[in-house]
Order: sequence, then structure tokens, then C-alpha cells
Amino acid sequence: MNWAEFFNMGGHAFNVWGSYILAFVILGLNIWLPLRKYRAQQRKIRQQHETAS
Amino acid sequence: MTHNLGLLASWQRVLKRELLLAYRQRNDILTPLIFFIIVISLFPLGVGPEPEILRTIAPGVIWVAALLATLLSLARLFNNELHDGTLEQLLLTPQPASVLVFAKIVSHWLTTGLPLVLISPLLALSLDMSSTALIYTMLTLLLGTPILSLIGAIGAALTLGLRGGGVLLALLILPLYIPVLIFSTGAIIAASNGFSAEGHLSLIGAYLIITLIFAPWVTSYALRVSLD
Amino acid sequence: MIFQKYAAPKYFYPLAGKCLPWFGTLAILTICAGLYLGLFVAPPDYQQGETVRIMFIHVPAAWMSMFIYAMMAGAAAIGLVWKIKLTDTFITASAAIGASFTLLALLTGSLWGKPMWGAWWVWDARLTSELILLFLYLGFMSLHSAIDDPRRASRAGAILLLIGVINLPVIHYSVEWWNTLHQPTSVARIDGPRIHSSILTPLLIMAVAFKLFYVSVVLIRMRSSILDNEADSRWLQEQGA
Repeated sequence: MNWAEFFNMGGHAFNVWGSYILAFVILGLNIWLPLRKYRAQQRKIRQQHETAS
Repeated sequence: MTHNLGLLASWQRVLKRELLLAYRQRNDILTPLIFFIIVISLFPLGVGPEPEILRTIAPGVIWVAALLATLLSLARLFNNELHDGTLEQLLLTPQPASVLVFAKIVSHWLTTGLPLVLISPLLALSLDMSSTALIYTMLTLLLGTPILSLIGAIGAALTLGLRGGGVLLALLILPLYIPVLIFSTGAIIAASNGFSAEGHLSLIGAYLIITLIFAPWVTSYALRVSLD
Repeated sequence: MIFQKYAAPKYFYPLAGKCLPWFGTLAILTICAGLYLGLFVAPPDYQQGETVRIMFIHVPAAWMSMFIYAMMAGAAAIGLVWKIKLTDTFITASAAIGASFTLLALLTGSLWGKPMWGAWWVWDARLTSELILLFLYLGFMSLHSAIDDPRRASRAGAILLLIGVINLPVIHYSVEWWNTLHQPTSVARIDGPRIHSSILTPLLIMAVAFKLFYVSVVLIRMRSSILDNEADSRWLQEQGA
């Protein structure tokens, strides 16, 4: 398989890869933002738990 | 005092009270109407005075202006009653709240929807509509504006007393107005092109019947939620 | 009843924690499989060429946008009837991701439309319906966030969702009808005539992958909001997260 051809997508590289990049960014934000908040909460609770015990 | 007032009698009382209040605050009726006229007269200024173009866009322009004018008037549908406490009284009466809410919606239509229907021929003429298109504009407004009041009441009840309620109301309600807009303008376009508009009109009628049945009930439920 | 037991945050929270790694792993695996099949194995379409690969993102995203709205409306009905608090947690966790999938479907539809129709945006019935669906999501999210009282917010939001879901078929039908009225046959159908299995397989795998992704994100967001709401409850203190 030819990589240059693969990335060119039959002349529609912008549209095809644009779609995949958009999907990556939108889904990525959807997982990253909640996960960041969730991790911070978990850390806080663990600290509280340690100081309490 | 009037504990065993009949359902119809109390319905009439609420309607009478609403109409009297509306009469005392005539400006509230005039404002949406003037807004309707101004918005429509902006379009020739924006797109140019060619009768050909105006005739094509007229159904859409009149209907979009009607949606916006109704939207403007919805904010005050329950707000005065909320502040003077009559709304809670309304929900506490032994009569089903939905019947009394329905009276309020009817009065809202009589004071905002009906004036739009009555003024529409003048505006239709100013946009160079044919006489068939003019009649169908009035007919669709007559059938469609009650739907706007009915669905709008639900939105007004949901956004009761919220900050930024007006813009929020627009965001909630306008997408739900889309079928009315499509069927109504479709009817006018079909009729003015010499086709039968019966299908469009019966769809608007069906939508009207469904909202007539459900909207008062949903509105009173939403009012309960908002006042809780 | 087992259902009601797990509707309590105390039991749901650890259950969600246990399920989360499974759904997360499965989501990553299926997304990788879908990407591999979609980008490398599926042949270019004889009509649309390589642009057909946009479909593996666009169509599952559009499915998800409707699926999530239906799930939210279902949860809203359950919440109104049985007064279960957890349904609101689920609905608010779903709203943002549902809106994101709708936005993704619209944007990829636009990127697909350019080579197919020669325009970034065409008032095609499906695209228009999708746009209105985005408005419905945004309306719900703004209403929910404008109300400070959580009980009122959840009930008012539920009413709006149910009205929206009843109206959705009417809107879709009216838009489709409006579209045929205004544009006879000038636009090509986006779903093409027949779908070959080499195209259908990655499409279905991506659809499953998006669903698993949605479940994983919802579980994280639900656990997060339970932690917000129940920060002071004893069960949480004892469990130590």
C-alpha cells in the first residue's frame, strides 16, 4: 500500500481527514474534560479520607 | 363564596377577567402588533422594492414575523400573575387548573393572534400578494396562531420567573414552531400556484387539535413545577 | 426490586465504578477495529470514491444524536412518573455528549456535502432535521442550567424533553415534506442505493463503538455528579471513593 496515496484520499484529503480530526477532537474533549474533573474529585476525596483516619 | 361554580362559568370568569385586564393595558396588545408591522416593512427595505421578489418571499416573511411577534408577547403571559400571587390562587382552585389555564391561552390568542390575522391583509397587499395568497395567508394565520399561543404557553410556564427568560423562551419554543411555519407557508405557496392547499390545511388543523388537547394540561403541570 | 436498589446513588456509584473499565476498554477496542476496517479495508466507493470514508463517522454520529435524545426522553418519563433522582443525573450527563454527536454529524455532513453536492451546506431534509435537533439539545441545556433549584430544573427539563420527543417526528416529517416541495431531485441521496458489506461492517462497528464510548462517558459524568451532590453523605465518607 502506498502511504502518499492513502493520505491523499483521492484528492479529498481535507474533507476525509478533516472529518476524522473533528471526530477525534470532539470525542476527545468529551472524554478529557469529564475525566479531568473526575480525577480531581477522586484525589480530593482520597486526601480527605487520609486526613480523617 | 362560589365554591360550586360550574366549570364553564369559572372558565368564562377567567376569560372575562383576562380580557378586561388586556383592555386596561392596551399597550400590551399594540406592542406585538406594531412589532409585526415593523418587521414586515423592514424586508422591502432590505431586499429591494421589486414586486416579483417581494411576492415570492411574502408568505415566509409574514409567517416568521408572526412567530416573532407571538414570542414577544409570551413573556407577559403569566408574569404579572406570578408577581401578584394570583397564579398560585389559580392553581389552588377546586376547578382543574388546565381549564383555567386554557382560558388564559384563549385570551392570549384573542389579544395577540387575532389582531395579527386582522392586520395581515394590509401587509399582504403591501408585499404585492395575489388575492388567493392573501386569503390563504389569513386562513393559515387563523388556524396557526392558536397553535403558537398553545405551545408558547408551555414555554412561558417552564421559564416562569427565570432570569433571561425571554431569550431562553425563544430558544425553547422556536424549534417547536417549525412545523406550523412549514405547513402554513406551504399552503400559501401551493394555493397561489393554483394547487390544492387542502392537505396543508388539514395538517395544520390536526396539529391544532393535538395541541388544543395537550397544551393546557402540560402548561398547568409546568406551572405547578415552576411554582413548587 | 433490584432496579430500584441500584437507582440509589449509594449502590449505583460503586456499580458504575465496576462497569466503567469494561466499557472503556471495549470502546477503545471497537473504535480501533472500526478505524482499521473503515480506513484500510473498506474499498473506495465506485461513485463517491474515498469520501465514502466520512460516512463511518457521519452516520454513526447522526444515529447517536437521535439515540441519546431518545434515551434522555425515556429517562425523563421514568423520572417524572417514579420520581427517581438518578434519572436527572443520567439526563444531564447525556445532554452534552448528545449535543456533541449532533454537532459532529452536522460538521462531517458539511465536509461530505462539499465534494458530493458542491456546497458546504445544502438544505437537505436530513441535515435540516439534524440542525433542529441541535437546537432542541441547546434549548434543554440552557433551560436546565437557567434554573437554580435542582428539583425544578430536573422536572422542567423532563417536560421539555418529552415535548421535544413527541414533536421530533412531526418536525422531521414536515422538514422532509418541505424539502421535496422546494428541491425536487437536485440533490443526491446521502445513503446511496445499496450498501456493500465491506462498507456496512465498519459502519456497524463504529456505531457500536460510539455507543460504548457514550456509556463510558456517561458513567464517568454520573459518578462525578454523584460526588458533587453527595459530598457530605456518610456512605461516601466510609467508602473513601
